[in-house]
Amino acid sequence: MQKLSLRDRIKEARVSATDSFRGGKLMSSIFRPGSPFRKGYVDSPRNRSYVVMNNVLYHLHPVKVKRHGVRLSYTLCLGGLSFFLFIVLTITGIWLMFYFRPTELAYVDIQALQTDIAFGSLVRNMHRWGAHLMVLVVFLHMSRVFYHGAYKAPREFNWVIGVILLLLTLLLSFTGYLLPWDQLAIWAVTVGGNMAGYTPVIGAQAKFGLFAGLEATTATLLRFYVLHVLFLPFIIVIFMAVHFWRVRKDGGISGPL
Amino acid sequence: MVDIPEHLLKRAAQARAKALGISVEKALAEMKGQEDPTIVSKEPEVIAFEEVPTPAAETPAPVTETPVPVTETPAPAAETISPVKEEHAAETTEKVAAVKIEQKPPAAKAPAPAKVDTPDEVDFAPEVKVTQRLLTVVKAKPIQKPVSEPVDKVNTWPHLMLPEFVSLMAMTAFLILLSAILQAPLLEEANPNVTPNPAKAPWYFLGLQELLSYWDPQIAGVMIPLVLGVVVWMAFPYIDRNPETHPSKRKFAIMFYTFFLAGAGVLTIIGVLFRGPGWNWTYPWIDGIWFDDLLDWIHFE
Repeated sequence: MQKLSLRDRIKEARVSATDSFRGGKLMSSIFRPGSPFRKGYVDSPRNRSYVVMNNVLYHLHPVKVKRHGVRLSYTLCLGGLSFFLFIVLTITGIWLMFYFRPTELAYVDIQALQTDIAFGSLVRNMHRWGAHLMVLVVFLHMSRVFYHGAYKAPREFNWVIGVILLLLTLLLSFTGYLLPWDQLAIWAVTVGGNMAGYTPVIGAQAKFGLFAGLEATTATLLRFYVLHVLFLPFIIVIFMAVHFWRVRKDGGISGPL
Repeated sequence: MVDIPEHLLKRAAQARAKALGISVEKALAEMKGQEDPTIVSKEPEVIAFEEVPTPAAETPAPVTETPVPVTETPAPAAETISPVKEEHAAETTEKVAAVKIEQKPPAAKAPAPAKVDTPDEVDFAPEVKVTQRLLTVVKAKPIQKPVSEPVDKVNTWPHLMLPEFVSLMAMTAFLILLSAILQAPLLEEANPNVTPNPAKAPWYFLGLQELLSYWDPQIAGVMIPLVLGVVVWMAFPYIDRNPETHPSKRKFAIMFYTFFLAGAGVLTIIGVLFRGPGWNWTYPWIDGIWFDDLLDWIHFE
């Protein structure tokens, strides 16, 4: 028998070590049957189903989807990207919370974040541009749904939830706008809050409730902060859960046209 | 009328043979019109008597003695012989009478295959003991309809999750790249005593702010966004009752949305690029841009 070269022997050892690890008790306890991370995964219809069914993250999806729906040109992934941007914003937002105080020190904190903290500037930029991008992507998602007539029966109610999600996205972006506590933030929010003041009958109250006073102050900052990091994300997650659940209950993706 | 399959014809012939006491072959031949129909003489036992004027009194006796149940004759049954309805009215009543005697529901009334249409050759006279006739043959169908049609589907893994994963990665790369080259704005510290000119809202509200400069704030600032933007928008699926989804069959809805999109886009672009100090009209290529969100980008050149 031909003697194996050193390289082949290393390869063999690596494969056998990998196999014994992937087939070991630890990996099979972590990954459920059908997982590609287990030893002996083969591409079979059964395993393709297991991949989705046996993973808590993936089973947001059904095991099978309509063929026309997986074409990129049909959805442009806009709904998925909205959700993904929300996750990115949650992660970067939690990171930013470590360095931010919603008081008159807010501006100093942002300055320190940009200059003193590793990747501070990058993460802040990601959070800000990601927020703008999310507004845009959610709006485009709504347009896509409209042009496909995907709001029609039986999906009427999911459209309503979708509009609520758009409004919540706008509110989240708007409340976040104030937090840097610079001239751009305070005056943009002043303009927006004054618009709310034009509401008939309850205009003054709406403006007072939004500003926590008669104009934008640090009390407004705290109010917007709590809305931005806790209250609105909490609400939007509930509506997102219903939204995704209804997508499946209403028969998956709409169409084909 | 559909062609009657042989086995059903045979079954009907068997029933007729049993009722009339003749052989199956003879009944079959009669039904096919190859033989004269068997006449079993039996006077119908008429339940009630009523004088009803009848049109063509070609057929004998019981015609004038139309029984009451005639009025209960269901309309479709009478219409089975509609082409020559006038002449056959009498015949119909007779049949009903005969059937009534048998105390069996008139299961089927068919114009028998052969020459039943000519009044002279009425083959099923009142004295014929009719029990069953074949009216029509209902094609075989499942009792329960399948709820949904089978749909062309593919496995989520890998056909959906792979493109999804790639698009997420592309989005992440784009966002990181954008954040690396484009600095988020940070102006001087907030100062309620110094109002910038112009003071602009976030870009997604700039179309609204532009509207505010045209109309009364109660209309532009609240009624339009609240009524059009929220109420109509949410209720849209309940307003648009057209079930079609193809764009060519819902031109109004497409037009409506496109106009909205174009309007919102134009107003927002005007608000972002063409409005300067005092909310006066400016040209970005002459006077510069007053849009601090893109501060870094504007001063990039």
